Amino acid sequence: MTLDVRDVTVSFGGRTVLDAIDLSVETGEIVAVLGPSGSGKSTLLRVVAGLITPDRGRVAWDDRDLTSVPTHLRRIGVVFQDEQLFPHLDVAANIGFGLRMARRPRRAVAQRVAELLGLVGLAGFERRSTGSLSGGEAKRVALARSLAPEPVVLLLDEPLTGLDRDLHDRLATETARILRAAGTTALLVTHDHEEADAVADRIVDIRTLGRQADQ
Amino acid sequence: MDRHRPALSVPRAVRVGGGVVAAGFVGAFFVWPVATILARGLSASVLRDTVTNRGIVSVAWFTAWQAAASTALTLLAGLPITYVLARHRFPGRRVVDALVTVPFVLPTVVVGTAFLALLPDSWHQTVGAILLAHVFFNVAVVVRTVGTFWGRLDRGLEEAARTLGAGRWQVARSVTLPLLRPALLAAASIVFLFTFTSYGVVTVLGGPRHPTIEVELFRRAVLLGDLPVASALALLQLLTVGTVLVWWTHAQQRIAVPLRSRPDLRPCGTARRRMVVAGIVVTTSLALGAPVVALVLRSFRGRTGPTLAGWRAVGPDGWDALATSLQFAVAAAVIATVVGVAAAFSIASGGRWGRFLDSGLMLPLGTSAVTLGFGLLITFDDPPLDLRASVVIVPIAHALVGIPFVVRAVLPAVRAIDPGLGEAAATLGAGPWRRFRAIEFALARRPILAGLGFCFAVSLGEFGATSFLTRTGNTTLPVAIARAVGRPGDLSASRGAALSTMLLVVTATVVLLVDRLQPEERSW
Repeated sequence: MTLDVRDVTVSFGGRTVLDAIDLSVETGEIVAVLGPSGSGKSTLLRVVAGLITPDRGRVAWDDRDLTSVPTHLRRIGVVFQDEQLFPHLDVAANIGFGLRMARRPRRAVAQRVAELLGLVGLAGFERRSTGSLSGGEAKRVALARSLAPEPVVLLLDEPLTGLDRDLHDRLATETARILRAAGTTALLVTHDHEEADAVADRIVDIRTLGRQADQ
Repeated sequence: MDRHRPALSVPRAVRVGGGVVAAGFVGAFFVWPVATILARGLSASVLRDTVTNRGIVSVAWFTAWQAAASTALTLLAGLPITYVLARHRFPGRRVVDALVTVPFVLPTVVVGTAFLALLPDSWHQTVGAILLAHVFFNVAVVVRTVGTFWGRLDRGLEEAARTLGAGRWQVARSVTLPLLRPALLAAASIVFLFTFTSYGVVTVLGGPRHPTIEVELFRRAVLLGDLPVASALALLQLLTVGTVLVWWTHAQQRIAVPLRSRPDLRPCGTARRRMVVAGIVVTTSLALGAPVVALVLRSFRGRTGPTLAGWRAVGPDGWDALATSLQFAVAAAVIATVVGVAAAFSIASGGRWGRFLDSGLMLPLGTSAVTLGFGLLITFDDPPLDLRASVVIVPIAHALVGIPFVVRAVLPAVRAIDPGLGEAAATLGAGPWRRFRAIEFALARRPILAGLGFCFAVSLGEFGATSFLTRTGNTTLPVAIARAVGRPGDLSASRGAALSTMLLVVTATVVLLVDRLQPEERSW
């Protein structure tokens, strides 16, 4: 199975942000898209997640066209750059959110939350409020939350930006371990070459994916 | 670098004198009257008689449930337009945003008369009419309180929920609504407060058949002369208002959600979304415009068709009432501005004592106008301070209502003044008074004018306190309107609509002028 991005083009107010982007990610593969800020990396992820409709082009999973499927039915998870943890819910409720949306029984939710907290090294954090988490802890909770409903593809938007050097390096290795342990197909965008090296199986430069690359 | 930021330095006379003037005014005309009410109403036998009186219990029950129903309906009616204005960019957005606020600045008797004009006769003196008018009046509270919050709520949270499999309604139920809860609670408390203490609207629309505590208080105090029971009713009112205010403060403090510094407006996007937005905007505008249009048309209509009879019937009494209202409004605006500005400078430079004064000055805002008027009525009825027969008592009551608005308008501007400017002026040779005039006062001029104008508008429409304090010979326009529409007959109704249209035009003009004084949002 493959995540297929074909000919995706997006412009905002006359400025072309993504120009005929092509990209494929195989099942179980972790691909990093590298690019400087403003190169449209986040926009690419938002198109794949269905948060933006492209002006042209299509996104497909396993040969099924997803372009007109709404975000919540795509089963594509996202770790946002600024985590976007729900401030009105505690850690367990944040991680269990996707499972509750899928109407999984309460006990199964609790069990899966505990399992994921163990996976990201935060066992026992269930009742903590999101406001009390450190930067690194918040990243891990965000990762656990997006993994919980077992998405077919996980998108990570600059997942480690803004952390201090030491934590950044540790979390990079750990993220790679967690993604492999979960067997997730993942697409990561970052401007940080080392981060891409540490986490991904394959690295591509966003500037080689679009129309400009052909010229 | 020197990070020391000195306190605002104003002449000692302004700091201390301003505080004394403000505290003295509010002490004499608010604290003392409220204490008088307490003294009269806080007697075991009076309280027992009041709470066991079947008539009064049913009045209290009606007051509470109509307020609860009005609040629920206002939230329901206000949320769609709140959502549209908070989240979308569309042509005419600013106009719609301004129009939604209009009903809120209309005098209560004008709103009541407008609904008399809009609704068929069979609706007059019904609960339904009262509820509709309350919704019309308070939609602006929802749009302002919830909308400001909603517009600045990070959309990322909703997007995150969608990536986790939440559909449109699931996002609304499990993310947006819980996040909006503090703002919704705050709006609900304010609307409840306004409708619980609603007097002008209920007097005009409910008639004697549907009295609220306020209307009953007026009947007991002025028509029956039963001061002990009236005091007990005022006490009940103060207690309820106090409780809701505490609840409101509590709700405000729980707003702990990350907010953007600017509203995040986006175009409507899909055609479907555009239809929904257009539908909500048009429906709301029509619903809010209809009563005003109906009022103006009613003033030109009689039983047999179009006529100027209503306007001719305005007569010398009507024009006198307008003149009286304008004079009172000038006096009230001047008193409130002097006291409010003095207070604002004193608060800004006064440390702990300033904060105390700040909360003290807000008290009249949380007290119903009827309680205020009643308190003044029973306090200043004996020599040596028999002000009841004096004309000054009305502007004083209006000023009391206006002072919190002046303080709220002026204080942020004064607080924003960089004390370094005064220091710079001092090094250039300006003495304390010179500095105050040239810097602090000059910089706060626009908000001071805005506060003055706002008090003027508030005074023009004030009905609650005025109805207790008016004597023949100084009838204000709102009181004249209430009398006109309280009389039977078609001509009297036309005359009431004509008087209301006059008040509407004058108030709208003042509010528009004040609005132009508000600082434009600056982008650097």
